[in-house]
Amino acid sequence: MIVIQVIVEGLLLGGVYALFSSGLTLIWGMMNFVNFAHGEFVMLGMFAAFLTMTWVAGGPVLFTIVAAASLFVLGVVVYFALIRYVLDGPIIGQILSTFGLALFLRYAAFFVFSANFVTLPDTYLSGTENVLGIYVSIPKLVGGVVGVLLTIGLHLLLTRTAVGSRILAVAENRDAAMLMGIRPDRMQALAWGLSAALTGVAGAMIAMYYPISYGVGESLALIAFVVVSLGGFGSVPGALLAGILIGVIESLSAYYFGPAFKDVVVYALFVAILWVRPQGLLGTA
Amino acid sequence: MKRGWLLLAVILLGAPLVVQGPFYQRMITLVLLSAISASAWNLVGGYALQISIGHAVFFGIGAYTPLVFYQHWGYVPLAGIPVGLLISCAVAVVIGTPTFRLQGHYFAMATIAVAELVRIVVTNWKFVGGAVGQMGPAVPRTVWDLTFRSSLPYYYIYLGVLAVLLGLTYWISRGRMGYYLRAIGADERAARSLGVPVRRYKLYAFMLSAAFTSLAGSLYALMVGFIDPTSAFGILISVEMVITAALGGAGTLLGPLLGAVILVPLQNMTNSLFGGGGTGLTYILYGGIILVLARFEPGGLLEIWQRWQTRRANRAEAAEVARAA
Repeated sequence: MIVIQVIVEGLLLGGVYALFSSGLTLIWGMMNFVNFAHGEFVMLGMFAAFLTMTWVAGGPVLFTIVAAASLFVLGVVVYFALIRYVLDGPIIGQILSTFGLALFLRYAAFFVFSANFVTLPDTYLSGTENVLGIYVSIPKLVGGVVGVLLTIGLHLLLTRTAVGSRILAVAENRDAAMLMGIRPDRMQALAWGLSAALTGVAGAMIAMYYPISYGVGESLALIAFVVVSLGGFGSVPGALLAGILIGVIESLSAYYFGPAFKDVVVYALFVAILWVRPQGLLGTA
Repeated sequence: MKRGWLLLAVILLGAPLVVQGPFYQRMITLVLLSAISASAWNLVGGYALQISIGHAVFFGIGAYTPLVFYQHWGYVPLAGIPVGLLISCAVAVVIGTPTFRLQGHYFAMATIAVAELVRIVVTNWKFVGGAVGQMGPAVPRTVWDLTFRSSLPYYYIYLGVLAVLLGLTYWISRGRMGYYLRAIGADERAARSLGVPVRRYKLYAFMLSAAFTSLAGSLYALMVGFIDPTSAFGILISVEMVITAALGGAGTLLGPLLGAVILVPLQNMTNSLFGGGGTGLTYILYGGIILVLARFEPGGLLEIWQRWQTRRANRAEAAEVARAA
């Protein structure tokens, strides 16, 4: 019974992992670019939710919207101020740019909020329910469901709408898309905004059940790397599947090997994936 | 040119005679250490442009092995250094073999993951002291314990290592391997199509880089005499190597040294100005520097200098031509 409990926890966690990893995979698929500050974006989403709750009150709906909106703006600003200029440059500039951003954001948060952990006050979503003998924490359930739904939403947006087609067109071939009257710059900025907004939502969800601190981004970013490489770089359905899988694997390894080693198993899995199947589960190439 | 080298050697050899007081002598010693590890990173990160953000793993192995040898078996810490080198090379092969098949960002991500993995394992590993870490000899038993109160002996040891490393880097950069590595850095596919054994040479560079980073870790452990998982394997250790090399100029011989000369005093300054909370500010500053560098000058400071030199040479040539005409 307890194993089922652990697996359910993992599934719910995995939904949120899928959510913020799909943002990373979107950027990668579109411009062959890894955002090393992705984890810090999630961290900022958590703080955005926290500040909304403490300053304006309101509930989960409000702080999720605020987190998503503010991160969307951040994503667009980062694109226009930084990414645009390094995108065609040498690879060292590409890696250093978002890595520097990560360091900057992480320690800016440290400077502003100090090293202490803070937790979100209780909302009407707090508490647990007993479903058929399994305890389900309501915030985790909401987070998992929202995560899965939004990831599917992103996939539908990309494959079923005009905007999605434009984004994919730019991803396919920037010059050809430009000749078709699409402005690549705008589509790439939109992708950065969307990617960041998804991390904002994910941050708001995680904030409901996880203590908030400046350093959470590091391990979350690594999880996103693992999810994206397992799911295949650029594949949103792959990220969904891999995110849920990683959530379950992490929960199970925390249960069997102890909480200290749950990340070890996941990172080791990452290295193993690079050895045997670098294109990921659903990836081609 | 020759005069420049002589001047540099005189400055480095004579610096401890000019710089007075233990605080500043320690600082210039740390400049050399930082230059060693950044130059080691530069071999693979700068010349072959395989950006590793996990070099702390080699630094940590190098730092831990000598102290483990001392703590568990009472050997002089020196005895652990070659063992650390070997382990580091082996780890480099384990990380490098799968990731060097792939290009670009993969390698950076894999190195971060491996470094974190090793850090967590070491933190939970009783044999090497767990979260507490390892102590070196507090009082030297013989001179071979390399435990000195003053920073000066370390300064000259580090200077010797740095000289060897820079000499080796110079020799490599002038030879076949240097051309191969630069070709790989410029365009891997083109290099491969011209017959460069890309994967093999990336791996050689990575192993060499790992070995010297490991040595830097050992030297650090000998000097401070105390090591814990964060100060040996923490991600910030890797970050410092990357930013030091990149600020001066990744892929140049003296770039890492220049970066160290700027960054170490800067860090000392922010720490002493802002106290304990200064740690945060230091890394805000580091992050900002990396950002601005990536956005405006990915080639680093030496590239600005070279550009300026070329412009001056061009102007001089133009003046010559004008005079002749």
